[in-house]
Amino acid sequence: MELLKTLASGYGPSGREDKIRNTIAQYAKKLTDEVIVDTLGNLIAHKKGNGKKIMIAAHMDEIGVIATVIDDNGFIRFSAVGGLYNKDLFARRVCFENGVVGIIGSEEDNKDRKIAKLYIDIGAKNREDAEKKVKTGDMAVFMGEFTENEDIVISKALDNRAGCYVMLEAMKRVKTENDLYFVFTAQEEVGLRGAKTAAYSIAPQYALSIDVTDTGDTPEGIKMDVKLGKGAAVKIMDRSILCDAYIRGLLIELAKENNIPYQLEIMNDGGTDAGAISLSGIGVKTGGISIPTRYIHSPSEMVSKDDLKSCIELLTAFINYAR
Amino acid sequence: MLLEKLCNADGVSGNEKEVREIIKEYAKDYADEIICDTMGNLMLKKCGKSSKKTVMISCHMDEVGFIVSGINKDGYLEFQSVGGIDTRVIISKKVRIGKDKVKGIIGLKAIHLTTKSEREKVPKESDLFIDIGAKDADDARKYVKLGDYAAFDTEYEKLGESSIKAKAIDDRAGCCILCELIKEELPYDTWFCFCVQEEVGLRGAQIVANRINPDIALVVESTTCSDVPGAKEHEYVTRMNYGAAVSIMDRSTIVPKDFSQWLYNTAEKNGIKVQYKSLVSGGNDAGAIHKSLGGIKTASVSVPCRYLHSPVSIASEKDIEAVKELCRKYLNGIDEII
Repeated sequence: MELLKTLASGYGPSGREDKIRNTIAQYAKKLTDEVIVDTLGNLIAHKKGNGKKIMIAAHMDEIGVIATVIDDNGFIRFSAVGGLYNKDLFARRVCFENGVVGIIGSEEDNKDRKIAKLYIDIGAKNREDAEKKVKTGDMAVFMGEFTENEDIVISKALDNRAGCYVMLEAMKRVKTENDLYFVFTAQEEVGLRGAKTAAYSIAPQYALSIDVTDTGDTPEGIKMDVKLGKGAAVKIMDRSILCDAYIRGLLIELAKENNIPYQLEIMNDGGTDAGAISLSGIGVKTGGISIPTRYIHSPSEMVSKDDLKSCIELLTAFINYAR
Repeated sequence: MLLEKLCNADGVSGNEKEVREIIKEYAKDYADEIICDTMGNLMLKKCGKSSKKTVMISCHMDEVGFIVSGINKDGYLEFQSVGGIDTRVIISKKVRIGKDKVKGIIGLKAIHLTTKSEREKVPKESDLFIDIGAKDADDARKYVKLGDYAAFDTEYEKLGESSIKAKAIDDRAGCCILCELIKEELPYDTWFCFCVQEEVGLRGAQIVANRINPDIALVVESTTCSDVPGAKEHEYVTRMNYGAAVSIMDRSTIVPKDFSQWLYNTAEKNGIKVQYKSLVSGGNDAGAIHKSLGGIKTASVSVPCRYLHSPVSIASEKDIEAVKELCRKYLNGIDEII
């Protein structure tokens, strides 16, 4: 779990993926033939082969906040980067790229917890003091320490460093003639942007996105069939895609053949890179493997170690046996 | 009759195969080239007298419906909607599920058990369930599995002298019109495109346009018709029996003015009943097509359709005929537009 810990603890809000990209690139270089970074900041690792051209995508960006205005007293107003639950932001800690830590405070009169009434407090004496540490346009990520026990992992940004981890682990197990493009995509959280340009330049025959998905197994939680610890989730549908029947069927078949625990995912909320990839060019047969995750977009996302293992096995089977 | 067959077929977004097969079987002999792409879009090329211009005319095959997302311990099915559906109109309606068309009813807790405040609110989709008469979860699993699609269980019928009632008139009416027009000789190479997944975000049309790269495109749709008691005249959007509805602007597209005017004027000149779609609402495949590649000149013409996206809608055969006539003028009048 050291690798997952390194990835989840890394800094990389949408559009500012440099740090996490450099971390991932160190591993990816050892496992593939060629690694490039495209205009939008996608990291594309190519393992050459003569078989099917397959793109596997996991986004490396995480949600965060962006500093907009710093007031005379040194308080920092901000906007959202990606989908935030505004009601839960009060008193959360955030960390800027240079390590400056702040907490989110609220105006007294803000029952609705509107983001416009929240601010970041870095304990600055005044504007001048604050501007030495944080400038307009700087982004911060939520803090949420990596913790684990024998069954589960808790951390910030498991959405989608868990996906990056699954992909890197599968890359170690490649044994195939297939032509593989492993893409760590940028800017997924702000609208599936990186995946779109990567898919266009690669023009794959098949594609899979590896991302997290909600679970429906918490007290009075959302209605959903996916449960933590019950296996890799084969994506059927989310708000961005109705998955290709061939890819979906192949994943289920491979899971059964190899005795990999799996479940089916129908997610009512949110989309994934799969949506953008499937509509690129003249269309790409696209599916997804999802990691069941509780409390997505909070500083304490939870995944199961067994599920991670199942996802790695299923992805490995797919890249090795897809025809 | 083709329209009856098309409306009675099930093709919820992502599962358009049944509809596609009917169209392919009906139209294949008239096409010079047939492409079915990765998503299931069906494209039929009809060679014209000239290849100087490439013309596109499109409709969508998919309809709104549901997908089974869970089976509870008592054998009731949880579901999610596919495409935009008004929860108020689906309670107690019949659906058919999966390949075997297992019958079910969309159920809700009995009125005796509801509180006054519950009765005043529209139930949420998650309060509803599909009842297939199963004894328990194991029994239900014999008939239905997660990811199965459910479509409204409605049969096509004639109403009155010239109206029809059916599910999925949106946009099987468009499919039917294209199937008829492909039989004719045309001036330019024309692609008849039957798109998938319109109802979940104009998805199929986007990759169709990327592939065809046409000089001009016309979307043949079915659109809201709210000329009913309780609506004011400015809220009608379109009126039934008033002819083909030409779009000026909806939430997805602002139609080039010369193109929409050409359609309207051409209809008037030729005695085809025509109306403008009078309210900015909804969106259709034109939204995806006009933004694809370097931009494509695109308009839409629609059949007015009452109770769209519900278990049963109503349209006028005369309006369908008017749309078909106007489409024929378009296919033969390209030189007057571009």
